[in-house]
Amino acid sequence: MSLTKAERTIITSMWNKISTQADAIGTEALERLFASYPQTKTYFPHFDLNPGSAQLRAHGSKVVAAVGDAVKSIDNIAGALSKLSELHAYILRVDPVNFKLLSHCLLVTVALHFPAEFTADAHAAWDKFLSVVSNVLTEKYR
Amino acid sequence: MVHLTGEEKGIVTGLWGKVNVDEVGGEALGRLLVVYPWTQRFFDSFGDLSSAAAVMGNAKVKAHGKKVLDSFSEGLKNLDNLKGTFAKLSELHCDKLHVDPENFRLLGNVLVCVLARNFGKDFTPQVQAAYQKVVVGVATALAHKYH
Repeated sequence: MSLTKAERTIITSMWNKISTQADAIGTEALERLFASYPQTKTYFPHFDLNPGSAQLRAHGSKVVAAVGDAVKSIDNIAGALSKLSELHAYILRVDPVNFKLLSHCLLVTVALHFPAEFTADAHAAWDKFLSVVSNVLTEKYR
Repeated sequence: MVHLTGEEKGIVTGLWGKVNVDEVGGEALGRLLVVYPWTQRFFDSFGDLSSAAAVMGNAKVKAHGKKVLDSFSEGLKNLDNLKGTFAKLSELHCDKLHVDPENFRLLGNVLVCVLARNFGKDFTPQVQAAYQKVVVGVATALAHKYH
């Protein structure tokens, strides 16, 4: 599964807008993940996960920065996220099912903040892009 | 069985009262067909589904979306008995329509995205969490009679 030229254009142009609120988007996506899918909290026993916590904001920021890296290297996402892929495979070992859950929460957050831009085509492009990112992050698992 | 607290039930019905069921149904079904094009396999008779614009403007998609969401609305009135409410529809989707239940999960999540888009900040993490429970409950109920 690879992104078409049209999909890449949609992603990169929307990213220009999204990146202006990147930290807030990342934090909100994580809040939604933990609210809707409480089992995902099991990966963060060492965090204060209350909404507004500094750790949550820092981590949300980190997650979205990585998405941004993928956008900036949209022609070579595997290369851009190679180190992160190893981190998830060997250290973090987050079960692959959770990438779908976080991707969904990122989509919801983007839809909410950018309703006009989140057309059906944009929805499709972002869902596919996040799916590619998720695949890259789990491709070294076994 | 979906387990919503009294508060969550209130949240769900409260938001649903503001939903334009006619439009949201068509929007959700349309987006399902655009975002997950393989779902078009059930709709050969719907005519032009060749582009997002074609899908979203397709009268049959809109009509069917409305039908689906009217049914979902019925479910919201019977959150304590989703399996009973959707028993007949479950049999239909298995025996006559041959729809893989995974499609119910996909549609549920697309619906959540549409609600988020329409309601903006009102679609808080708590509201989303309540709706995630509902869409899973409906999907499970629709799959319950499969054999």
